[in-house]
Amino acid sequence: MTSTLNPKFTFETFVVGAANRLAVTAGRTVAENPGSAYNPLFIYSGSGLGKTHLLMAIGHSAKALAPQLNIEYLTLDEYVEAFHAAIAAGQGDAFRRRFQNVDALLVDDVQFLTNRKEMQAELLRLTEALQQAGHQIVLTSDRPPAEIADLDERLISRFSGGLVVDIGTPDYETRVAILRRKAEERGARFQPGVLETAAGVEFPNVRELMGALNRLVAYQAVNETAINAETARQVLGVADAGVTAASSTAGASTAAGGAPGADEFSQFLTDVTTTVGKAVEAWRARVAEAVLRWEGQGYRTVRLEKLLDQDTPAAVDEEIAAYIHDVERLKALEAEVGALDPQAAGEKVFRDPERVAEAEAAAAKVRDGAAPPPAPSGAFSLDAYAAGASNDVALSAARAVIDAPGKKYNPLVFVGKSGLGKTHLLNAIGLELMKKKGAIVACLSTLGFVDELIAAIDGNRVDWWRARYRRATALLLDDIHLLAGKDRTQEELFNLFNQFLDGDRQLIFTAPAHPNTLHGLEERIVSRLEGGLVAEIGDPDRELRRTALERILSQQKLRAEPALLDYLADRPIDSVRSLTGLVQRVADAAAAQDQPVSAGLAREILEGQPPAGARRTTGFRTSGLVVSSAGGVRSREKMVWDWPSAADRLIEDLR
Amino acid sequence: MSLVNFTTREITCKIVYYGPGRSGKTTNLHYIYGRVPDSRRGRMVSLATQTDRTLFFDFLPIDLGQISGFATRFQLYTVPGQVYYNATRRLVLQGADGVVFVGDSQARQLDENLESLQNLQSNLLEHGVDVRTVPVVMQYNKQDLPRELILTPAELDDALNFRGVPSFSADALHGQGVFETLKAISELVLKRLAAGSTA
Repeated sequence: MTSTLNPKFTFETFVVGAANRLAVTAGRTVAENPGSAYNPLFIYSGSGLGKTHLLMAIGHSAKALAPQLNIEYLTLDEYVEAFHAAIAAGQGDAFRRRFQNVDALLVDDVQFLTNRKEMQAELLRLTEALQQAGHQIVLTSDRPPAEIADLDERLISRFSGGLVVDIGTPDYETRVAILRRKAEERGARFQPGVLETAAGVEFPNVRELMGALNRLVAYQAVNETAINAETARQVLGVADAGVTAASSTAGASTAAGGAPGADEFSQFLTDVTTTVGKAVEAWRARVAEAVLRWEGQGYRTVRLEKLLDQDTPAAVDEEIAAYIHDVERLKALEAEVGALDPQAAGEKVFRDPERVAEAEAAAAKVRDGAAPPPAPSGAFSLDAYAAGASNDVALSAARAVIDAPGKKYNPLVFVGKSGLGKTHLLNAIGLELMKKKGAIVACLSTLGFVDELIAAIDGNRVDWWRARYRRATALLLDDIHLLAGKDRTQEELFNLFNQFLDGDRQLIFTAPAHPNTLHGLEERIVSRLEGGLVAEIGDPDRELRRTALERILSQQKLRAEPALLDYLADRPIDSVRSLTGLVQRVADAAAAQDQPVSAGLAREILEGQPPAGARRTTGFRTSGLVVSSAGGVRSREKMVWDWPSAADRLIEDLR
Repeated sequence: MSLVNFTTREITCKIVYYGPGRSGKTTNLHYIYGRVPDSRRGRMVSLATQTDRTLFFDFLPIDLGQISGFATRFQLYTVPGQVYYNATRRLVLQGADGVVFVGDSQARQLDENLESLQNLQSNLLEHGVDVRTVPVVMQYNKQDLPRELILTPAELDDALNFRGVPSFSADALHGQGVFETLKAISELVLKRLAAGSTA
């Protein structure tokens, strides 16, 4: 029974002018705060001035702002019909309940309440019920409540108790604006002056104005030529004075008693007004139109209004264009900010083209809060990651994740001791994921994550902080065990966790040990971590060590002799990181001694320092220990520490 | 010619009714005066001789009220038609935004019409104004007289209207053609004003 809202009738398509500004403002307010602003809102106007449009616009707007609202739009006739049908079916109570449960009731054409006593009583009851429940009522009529014949006094007082606004006939400027808007909607183009001519006719309502536009559009379409103002005048049947009239009619009119005299002057006045409006004030009309348009959309128009006070109308169009440009910028900023922080988007600054700079700053602030989360470090490429048996599982899991993020292993947890390359792998995956289109990869250490949250709480912008991570397509957290004891961060992470899982977005973590052995982590997080794949990275095997060494040496620009590689790879180390340390020590020492890095030198440095002041020859140690430069001696057990001094000398002599 | 004053938001148009003596210029103004509501018109200043010939000039201010935010005023002037008041004519013509040439349709007045037209041209030139740049409309008055005495508008157009400006036949005494003429000159003036203000 209830009519559906016509999708065309929105605030956006409603041309606002002086005559209807109050009504539109009231309508917007009601749509934004149904039930609390003006209740009931009573809109009246002559036919065809936009009551129904406004009523539906309120419905649309309220629905858009709060989709859960139950909004009923119907004409009074429909209401009456529904009521009668319900009574006939013995469902009067159900009918009443149905309407008492709507959040906003929009009733069109209530003037038809005349002579319907039982409906008036019904509506009175409904109005009271809705008002008491804080539900919005909007009514329209073609006359104010007090002028609706036979209307119950109580209804009149109810209707008048909220806000009663009228919509007047649009003025010339609004008529031009309406015609331009509608012509644009229909894709019709007219020569300058045509629409102004049509607007010059004082049609009693917008519907007839649309009829005039229809005629112009049709005429232009049929004749396939662009019509000019003159033709438009003929098409619309506007009397065109200015051509010599026959003197006989003049004589007759004068003889009739000079009555047309006053008309002659008003006709003259109208013509002059049209001329002035058309030609002289064309720019003013454009400015006024722009003011109306943007004011109606809620933007400040001080700049344009100032334009109207100016002496010289030079560069008006540029000014308007600049204004529109600013407004567009504001719109873009508002939309951007709205996506990040809906609350901030409501700021007035986004509605004031005079404060674009401030708006930019405000947006930047929001953007800063919601700047892309920390990205993975470029230093850790996947190519540079040394593969081996000990990290085979982790690496293949990583590749699977890179191929299909969020689909296969989610979350993915790398566990292993410190220095085994968890961080490297994490960042490497992040880098690979970032190569995908539209990917935002958050990759940071858990400590960094905690610090950011603290800063956000401190700066009262937790929402921004959340939004920032929620936008990410993958979250990679290093050292998850550091969350221990940080309840708030765990909670935030938990929420993020769920959102990422729901959205099939990848989560990767690293931890020193299996999640269920970590202390201080909440059970819900642990269980979720365990729910994905936990890939262990073992102590580096020899092969991996060799590969890693080669890479380290080449990074240090050192020659990777097989002997050196073998020697270093066999060193008892437990992580790749300590391998790097080894190479670094050797390289530093070599540089200090101005010698090439060799296995011998490495051994010398790593296994024992020569006594101070000892002489040195290549391949020999002056302490007496003979070491082949090829690395013949490899273990401490085989070394002789106390070499007889005589033999020492003997060898010296032999050489 | 400060026609449009954007600071005080005023439009002022000075329109001069020109033409030979006894062609009906003052009659035009009288008719207009009679049709303008009291609130809109100023006092009509008419300096006439005892035989009702314009001695100095007629002046009729009309207030058209607010048009597009501008207080719009028309000032209608007539010049004395007689040849020997040329100094006055030149003075009145100064700063005119538009000229209505009121011609006498009587056949025997054709020479006076031509003479007055030439006089208009030379007087404008004295103010350094080319007659081709000033909005002018022609009004062929006294078309109510018997056919045998007058020339038809077409004939008058041939004789006088060599620039092809808008022309109107009129019977100023009864008002026929008066407002049409005024409207035409107003439109020309206002359009020119629009073109001038955007230039």
